[in-house]
Amino acid sequence: MDTQTLIYIFVGGTFALYIGIALWSRAASTKEFYVAGGGVHPVVNGMATAADWMSAASFISMAGLIAFSGYDASVYLMGWTGGYVLLALLLAPYLRKFGQFTVPDFIGTRYYSKTARVVAVICLIFISFTYIAGQMRGVGIVFSRFLDVDITLGVIIGMGIVFIYAVLGGMKGITYTQVAQYCVLIFAYMVPAFFLSFMITGTPIPQIGLGSQVNDGSGMFVLQRLDAVLTDLGFQAYTSGSKSMIDVFCITLALMVGTAGLPHVIVRFFTVPKASDARKSAGWALVFIALLYTTAPAVGAFAMLNFVDDVNETQYSEVDDWFTKWEGYGLTAFQDKNGDGVMQYRPGNAFEGAPEYTGETGPSGERALANTPNPDSENEVYVDKDIMVLANPEIANLPPWVIALMAAGGLAAALSTAAGLLLVISSSVSHDLLKSTFAPGISPKQELLAARLAATAAIIVAGYLGIYPPGWVAQVVAFAFGLAAASLFPAIFMGIFSKAMNKEGAIAGMVSGLVFTFAYIAYFKLVNPAANSADNWLLGISPEGIGVIGMLINFAIAIAVSRFTASPPVEIRRLVDSIRVPRGAGDAQGH
Amino acid sequence: MDEEQPEETTKAESAYWRENVRLLVTLMSIWFACSFGAGILFRDWLDQFNIGGYPLGFWFAQQGSIYIFIALIFYYVIRMRKIERKYDLDD
Repeated sequence: MDTQTLIYIFVGGTFALYIGIALWSRAASTKEFYVAGGGVHPVVNGMATAADWMSAASFISMAGLIAFSGYDASVYLMGWTGGYVLLALLLAPYLRKFGQFTVPDFIGTRYYSKTARVVAVICLIFISFTYIAGQMRGVGIVFSRFLDVDITLGVIIGMGIVFIYAVLGGMKGITYTQVAQYCVLIFAYMVPAFFLSFMITGTPIPQIGLGSQVNDGSGMFVLQRLDAVLTDLGFQAYTSGSKSMIDVFCITLALMVGTAGLPHVIVRFFTVPKASDARKSAGWALVFIALLYTTAPAVGAFAMLNFVDDVNETQYSEVDDWFTKWEGYGLTAFQDKNGDGVMQYRPGNAFEGAPEYTGETGPSGERALANTPNPDSENEVYVDKDIMVLANPEIANLPPWVIALMAAGGLAAALSTAAGLLLVISSSVSHDLLKSTFAPGISPKQELLAARLAATAAIIVAGYLGIYPPGWVAQVVAFAFGLAAASLFPAIFMGIFSKAMNKEGAIAGMVSGLVFTFAYIAYFKLVNPAANSADNWLLGISPEGIGVIGMLINFAIAIAVSRFTASPPVEIRRLVDSIRVPRGAGDAQGH
Repeated sequence: MDEEQPEETTKAESAYWRENVRLLVTLMSIWFACSFGAGILFRDWLDQFNIGGYPLGFWFAQQGSIYIFIALIFYYVIRMRKIERKYDLDD
């Protein structure tokens, strides 16, 4: 059977599975829609959380990011896993004991204020939409590259699938679909990783392979070899970084705290039966996430070795098929600056931006480029970082079914995250804005209908953003983590650990953290991108890491303001006392 | 971690909370030490040692800290279950 048929079978089969699960687990009540009835086993919830968390970016882009930046990419590895420690130890069990449906629920109740709830909803919607646009785009990219379907049609098919199981099934449908999606995506990620590790080091376990010797009799370790190969070409050594220490520190911390403050992650811990299960569940989520996150550095390093080996100083006319295949999709390009027909891979960009092909063929048979060559670099090769995962099966000559598996895995990663985000958007509209703030009189049936309508509207907006991505989407992903770190996390943390924190302090803290972080990122990413360099940054902290300063401002302002305003009422102090002890969590509270 | 209000909580609840906070401080220190300490601040110094083919600081940054995170969470799960039973506050 040819690769294309296999891809259709794998993708079609997994879609049928997701829809089947959705029909079996339709939500009948608001409680099932928002928190799956609060009865999900902690291990199952952990697996669903992992699928929710690992997006198209984790699946497709992360290994490539690591391959091209080496040690510097540690910020993502530690940042996106360390946040689960904060969740399990500082937030999840208490939020579960509190026992309502959404993150704004907690902030609105704990700070006895509709204003606080609305501020939280605004943070939540902004964070979630930034994130979701990228997921729908990921769906479109996988469709167009693996199934030869137009990106627009790909996004519409993806929207249709998510619509069926998110709108019908709510949290209940999403949870069980995510379990299936986790299995698909982790299998798709691990199989090529085992093959690669075995081929390069003779050890099938990638985490061990990365610390082993290269299997060519030279006795060199993989990382030594990689350092040597890259420094020979004039690159930084793989195991040393180019970012400053304070920046690495701040980005890692911002990503960790941001992870713990992301509403679609937090809300997953409302679905388990007990407060102690929330802790357990966060632990299992991290186990399932770590499986991919400890494999990614190995995949990145092996792919980089293969890549340099295959491409550098190779005649274009003799290069492996994968290079020319992905050149056809615009992910690789060759600009023969010295006219020798041989590809030189060196530091620096071969040219500015993405390749623009003239439609003609160059002297060696490559797709000729309209881009002006970058005179400061001898590099002749353009390569998109996504290729390190997408083309891996071909670079390593793996059988066609592995390629089909990659397509199904990439879609599973993008769809599962999109569904989780849609759910928090829809519940914040129907539950926090309508039921709890502006239309308290609506019946549970109307609320459920409103939730479904909001989810539908959110899918359409997300799909639109996926088909016509505004230029700023890629620029503002830093927003999601920075804003979560600077706004929601401190408010929730102080709500649990300080009984003296009052509504004035919390609101002032959230708003100042939010405004500061928003302004800093917007200035460097949108208003004045030319100034975005270490010389102009505050204390040398990049926009990716500035959420840490936003968080400190939030804490400082909140504590200062709460000192000079009235303490919270007695019933709020009792509420804090009761969420601190696990006994009596019971069911998620129905309204 | 502010002043406790004796009239609002029972003795067992306050003692439980104090023990929990003490445990949290210990575990968060380890969390900080393995990621920000070993993986970032002291990485250059640690890189002179090796674990297999990994320089030690690099290993902490890309592998080790993640394993330690998992261990921390499950240790907390087990310890808290004991503490909750001790004060008869488990769920």
